[in-house]
Parts: sequence; structure tokens; C-alpha cells
Amino acid sequence: MLRFILKRLLETIPVLLVIVTATFFMLRLVPGGPFTAEKAVSKEIMQNLEAHYGLDKPLGHQYASYLWDLTPKRFAPWRLFADADGNGTVDFDLQAAFGINLGPSFKYPNRTVNEIIAGKLPASLELGLWALLVALALGITLGVVAAMRKNTGVDYAASTLAMVGICVPTFVMGPLLVLLFALHLRWFNASGWYFAADRVLPAATLGLVYAAYIARLTRGGMLDVLNQDYIRTARAKGASELRVVLRHALRGGLLPVVTFLGPAIAGIISGSFVIETIFQIPGLGREFVNSAFNRDYTLVSGTVLLYAGLIIGLNLVVDVIQVWLNPRLKFE
Amino acid sequence: MRTSFLAPLCALLLIGVSLLACGCTKATEPSASAPTPSPKILQFGNGSEPQDLDPHIVTGVTEHNIISALFEGLVTYDASSEGTAPGVAERWVVSPDKLTWTFHLRPDARWSNGDSLTARDFLRSYQRILTPSLGSEYAYKLHHVVGAEEFNQGKLTDFTQTGFCAPDDHTLVLRLKHPVPYLLEALKHYSWFPVHLPTIAKFGPIDRRGNRWTLPANFVGNGPFMLKTWLPNQVITVECSPTYRGAFHPLLDGIAFYAVDSNDAEERMFRGGQLHVTQSVPLGRIDSYRSQPASPLVIAPYYGTYFYRFNTTRPPLDDARVRRALALAIDRDTIVKNILRAGQEPALHFTPPYAGFTPGEVLHPDLAEARRLLAAAGYPEGRGLRRIEILYNTMESHKVIAEAIQQMWKTGLGVDVALRNEEWKVYLDSQHSLAFDVARAGWIGDYPDPHGFLDLWVSGGGNNDTGYTNPAYDRLLTSALDAPDEAARMSIYRELDSIITRDLPVIPIYFYKRVYLLSPKVRGWASNILDNRGWQYIDLAN
Repeated sequence: MLRFILKRLLETIPVLLVIVTATFFMLRLVPGGPFTAEKAVSKEIMQNLEAHYGLDKPLGHQYASYLWDLTPKRFAPWRLFADADGNGTVDFDLQAAFGINLGPSFKYPNRTVNEIIAGKLPASLELGLWALLVALALGITLGVVAAMRKNTGVDYAASTLAMVGICVPTFVMGPLLVLLFALHLRWFNASGWYFAADRVLPAATLGLVYAAYIARLTRGGMLDVLNQDYIRTARAKGASELRVVLRHALRGGLLPVVTFLGPAIAGIISGSFVIETIFQIPGLGREFVNSAFNRDYTLVSGTVLLYAGLIIGLNLVVDVIQVWLNPRLKFE
Repeated sequence: MRTSFLAPLCALLLIGVSLLACGCTKATEPSASAPTPSPKILQFGNGSEPQDLDPHIVTGVTEHNIISALFEGLVTYDASSEGTAPGVAERWVVSPDKLTWTFHLRPDARWSNGDSLTARDFLRSYQRILTPSLGSEYAYKLHHVVGAEEFNQGKLTDFTQTGFCAPDDHTLVLRLKHPVPYLLEALKHYSWFPVHLPTIAKFGPIDRRGNRWTLPANFVGNGPFMLKTWLPNQVITVECSPTYRGAFHPLLDGIAFYAVDSNDAEERMFRGGQLHVTQSVPLGRIDSYRSQPASPLVIAPYYGTYFYRFNTTRPPLDDARVRRALALAIDRDTIVKNILRAGQEPALHFTPPYAGFTPGEVLHPDLAEARRLLAAAGYPEGRGLRRIEILYNTMESHKVIAEAIQQMWKTGLGVDVALRNEEWKVYLDSQHSLAFDVARAGWIGDYPDPHGFLDLWVSGGGNNDTGYTNPAYDRLLTSALDAPDEAARMSIYRELDSIITRDLPVIPIYFYKRVYLLSPKVRGWASNILDNRGWQYIDLAN
């Protein structure tokens, strides 16, 4: 298993290199730069701005020095979660932990890309994890119930709910929930990320979509498994229905869900731009999209790289879990 | 098969939840200092996240709102927001030739850290913003002063050679290249504000970007409020400064500037009581707010024009008759009443009719005349005319206007029109490099004076972007600043605006309105055509 993980980790290096290179050059090919503004900037000022950020150097030179800044120069992962400045927040300091310097932000001159990512990632992760919890709890329960009561009213109700969850986009669901729970019932704030209660509506909105998918996958997986011989054996041995489901059927029934979770988690963490905008959450998704509009070269590259790392890492974790759950798979 | 598979799953979930819990406590910690609706905190929806709070670095309106609470220039707004009140300067004198301005500063002026604020602080601030290596995009606003432009371009390296000088600690003298009748208005812009150099030097070179002096723990300003917290993409809070003008205390205890970049979210926050003031109102909600009794909807004049640029270097748009035909065939009333619906005014000339300006010649939309002109140019009923393309930046409101105009030109003149939308920066690039036929544009005045609008069309000007050149226009514009009195100056602007109405390098379409929501609790909210005001005059009812 260790060899498998190591091999996969080594394979990520060329993948990341390709991603960095493609992002670097594509950004510079797009018309309009970080300092293109509606009001004209004089030639002298533009030259000074470009010189400050090293944009006046040949492209090859810029690329080489960016790659060097990205190259890990030390290995101290524990410092990633340290709180060096003592302000009570996790620093997520890529510089201190690995010596990775993602460069200065062009748009926000008093912040570096490392700091922006460190500041924004926790909100996105937190939203993602709450949403995942909602999705799993709701989705698996609905799916199991629907499978157990196949072709009854309960099954149809659960399946309809799941269908609605898939069909209603988040940008409709979010404002609807706000309208009902924030503006009508006044239980929550309409937007913001200041209090614990502010997590409820965004997590529900994001979680509901994934809950719907998980419910459908769980139902399908469970139906497959419940027809298998070993379930019949378990029932014949007199196991209670609860025990049959929880102990014997769920493990196999959840396999499709686990396969789905890898990309889903990556999507939950990176794709929450819409939710972050509706609820004005200071997450990385909004920062990522805006950085592309701002031509904040370093911030775009930095977030792309981070997302790539996250997706690769999560897929690896999912692969490991799959082998664990499915005795028919082996680490190859 | 012996160990339950549920155990690892549970463990994973546990790890997730514990991570979550740790992330949660960490993330919510700042909310202890985040604003709660405590007494007299104005909750202000401030649009997008500010770039920085360094007056010499930033360029936006968002930043202006916050910086005008944290700093004060030589002069400031009065309570009506229309006039000028003394700021750091308590009085000022202009020489008879209008070229030398002498400002006498308050002897008791202080920075928020208690240091006294002197004329030397102003000098060093002006030197900093003009230093080429800082790359300040708004440094040109100081170019009226002798030697400022040369120093900014690096042609002059000795700052004492410029027209800025401080004979003593409380006197500041500005020697101008030419008279600037609107100088006091210009001085209200943050590019003229003082910054505390010792603080900046503490956190890095004063003449380089990327300095951390604007973070809350490091910040020093001289305005009625001082910086308290800054949660990026969330909120910036400011509280009363104890050092501002001795005993003077603003009416508010503080302001929370929320970075809300979605106008739908902003409107929901306003309805939920989280905001007192918004930046805008979603188009679809305007009618429902308008019909409310005691509506919080505010529709105020705004000093800006929405217009279409012509690329006058490309045939057939190099022919003034074709441009005129297109300009006359637009039905502005339809656009304003049916598309915009928020009280905007149709623009029949370019310069907005505020700040003492009244138009001379205006357009008289007339389809028959438009057809005649097009035929005279050799394109009867649009025959033989190539397809014209309208460029706009990707946004629904620009799209509908472009579609309406496409239809008007098609049915009215038989002109074939294509639409092209581009993402903001691509669009700016196309516009600056004249890669368009007709392009949507807008201009908001920086100071309440027509000069800024008419200065756009100077030959080769950085914001001209039409290829229009007219030496007579350039000469007339230069003469405006030397006009003997205001009446003579305004009549020159009237003539300049009439030249634009005749030559039409641009088609004026409508004059902007500021449309936003304002809670009835807010008192003393004055508004001028630039949508600026002094925060020290605003109050909140309980």
C-alpha cells in the first residue's frame, strides 16, 4: 500500500508541472493585464508597475523564477497548522512549512498569495465539510430507506425529493432558503460568515444537491447488494433487518457513493463560488473566480495549483478507501 | 471481515468533524470583534473588496469611501456635501494670478498615534505619491503643480525644485503651472491626502508597493475615524478617532464597511436589517420599492454619462455624416423608460448639466434627417454600408441597450449591426487599442467641474480612445483654464461641448443616476453629484 501511495505521489509531480506551465502561459496570452484599467495609466507608470512585479523581464526568465519560488525547499508539515503570529487562527503557512512562495498579489498589494490562500481556504473547507456532513447524513438515510421500502410510497417520496434536489440549482435554492428562513422567519442572517448560525443556510444549500446524488447512488447500490446470496444467508441465519442493513449490506451498498465522493469533495471545496457569492462567504472560490477577472496572475496560478493538489490528494484517498471497502480490489 | 468497516468510516467522519470544530473555533474567533448591531454603528454596503487602504496606491470608489473616513485632506466636505469646509487647513489664500495657493494648517492637527501633523507631512506625502518607483496610478492628479509631472516621470529628481513648499510647520504653498479653478474640489480626492511616513517606513521602503502599514495593527491616519478591524472580503470597521480635532466627536460611534459584491445579496441583507445603506438595487426590485410607502429607495443625480464611442479612424465611421445619422436614429426615451426604469435622463449632449454647466448645441433625434445624412454619405437606406459592430463588456444591462440600439439602427436606417461582448479586461484592451467600430462606455466625473469631461477628447489623450483629433478643440480647452472669470470659462466649455455635439466622436445616450437603498434610521445623509459626503455629519436614530 505504501508503494502504491508513493508511486501515485511521484506521478503528481509531472501533472502539477504541466498545470503550472499551462496556467502561467495561458494567463499571459489573454488580452488585458493586471494593470489594464478603465482610466488610462501613463506609459511611465505602467513601466514602473511592471518593473516592480518583474513583468518587464523576458517571459522565460519570469517562468523560471516562478517555478523556483514554487519548488518546495523544506519539509515541515506541522508548521502548516501552527499559529506563528499568535492571533488564534491557523496560519496555513506554505512558506514556513514547505518554503513554497506563491508570490505577491497584483490586485491586493499589501497581501501575498500565500496569505490570501491561508485566509480564505478555512472558510471554504469549513463550508465544504458541513455541506458534506449534511449530504452524507441526509443522502445515505434517504437512499437506505428508499431501498428498503422499494416501490412503495416511501421510496417514491424519497426518490422525488432526490430528483428535485438534483434539478433545482443552488442559485435558486440559496435565495429560496434565505427568503424563507432569514427574511420571513428571521431565524438566520441573510448573508455573512460571522456567527456559528451563519453556517446553516449555506451548508444546507450546498449539501442538499450532493445529498440528492448520494441518495440515488445509495439506493441503487443497496438494491444490488440486497439481492446477493450473502444477504439471504444472513437473513436465513435470523439476523435482524437492522443488522442485515448496517452490518452486511451497507458496506457493499456504499461503494458507488465512495467512488462519487472523490470528485464530489473536490467540487464541494472548489466549486462553491455560487454559494460563496449568494451568502457572501469569504472563501477561496470567490477569490479564484475574481482573480481571473482581475488578471491577478499569481493568485490565479496559486489557487489553480492548490485545487490541483487537493483533487489529486482526495482522489488518492478515495482509491485507498475503495480497496479497503471492496475485497475484490487490490493496490496495483 | 472481522473488524467492522463502519469503524474506519466513523473514524474518518470523526476526523472530519474534529477538523471542522477546530476550523470553526478558529474561523469564528474574529467574529468576536466583528460588528454587532451596537449603538450607532452605520452598516454600509460598500461593493467590492478594497484593494488596499493606502491613498497613494488605490484607484477605486470603494476605497474612497473608507479612506475618507480614515484620512482628511487640506479641505473637506461641508454638512450639505455640496460645499467646501476647512480640513487640516483652517484657511487659505490665493494669489491674484491664481497660481499660488497658501494653506494655513491647524496648529493642533494630530495623527491618530498622537504625533502632530505638519506641512512637512504633506510635502513628504506628495513626494511619495510622485516618486516613479511607487507607480501610483493617480499621481497625475497632482500634475497641476509646477515640476510635479517632471518629477513623476523621473525627469526631475530634486523635489525642492517643484512647486510644493512649506515655509514653516503650519504653512503649505502650492505653485501651479496654470490656474486650476476647481482646485479645492480636486483637493478632496485621496491622492492629495497626507500619509504618516514614519509608520510606512517602519514596514518597508516608503516608495515601494507591498507595504503592510495599512493593516489594522499598524495603521495611522488623521481622519475622524480610525481603522479597527479588516476581515478581507467581509468587513472593515472603523471607530472614532480620539485625536481628530481635539474635542470634536463624530456623531456615529463607528462604521462597518461591508464588502458585498453581489447586489442581490446586498438587497437581501438590507431587507434582513444587516445594512443601513446599499450600493445599488437589483433592476427587478426597483418597481416594487418605488411603490412602497416611505420607500427606502433613493434615486439621486450622479455626475456621469453613458455613451457609445465611435472609432473615427475606421471607414465608414470616419465620416461625420454617418456618425450623425447613427446618433440621430437612437430613441433615448425608449431606452430610459423601458430598459433602465430608474429615472435616468436621456443625454442629448455629452457633458452632464451639473456643476454650473449648461449645454449649447444639443442633438435633436430625427429619423428623416438621419436617413438624409446617410444617403448624402453615399449609403441610401443603408445600402452599401458594411456591417457595423457594437462592442460592450459582458453584462446584461449593456446587452439589452446594445440590442435596442441594434434594432433602432436596423429598422430606422437599414444598417446591419452585429453585437460583440467581451470580458471586462479584454474589452478595455480592445478599447484602448481601437479594435472596435462602436464601443459602449461610461465616464464618471472625478470632481464637480465640466473640465474633466471635456478633457477626454483632447488629441492623443489617454482616455480619448476614439481616434478623434481636433487642434482647434485642443487650443480652446487649454484656454479655458486661463479664462478671466467663471462665466467666461463656462462659456468655453459650452462651446467645447457643442463641438462634440457637431463632430460626434461619441454618442451620448443617458446621464447616470445613483440608485440605492437608505434606511430611514440614517440621519444627516447628504448627497452630492459625486455621491460623496463627510462621514462626521452622519448620525443614526435609535
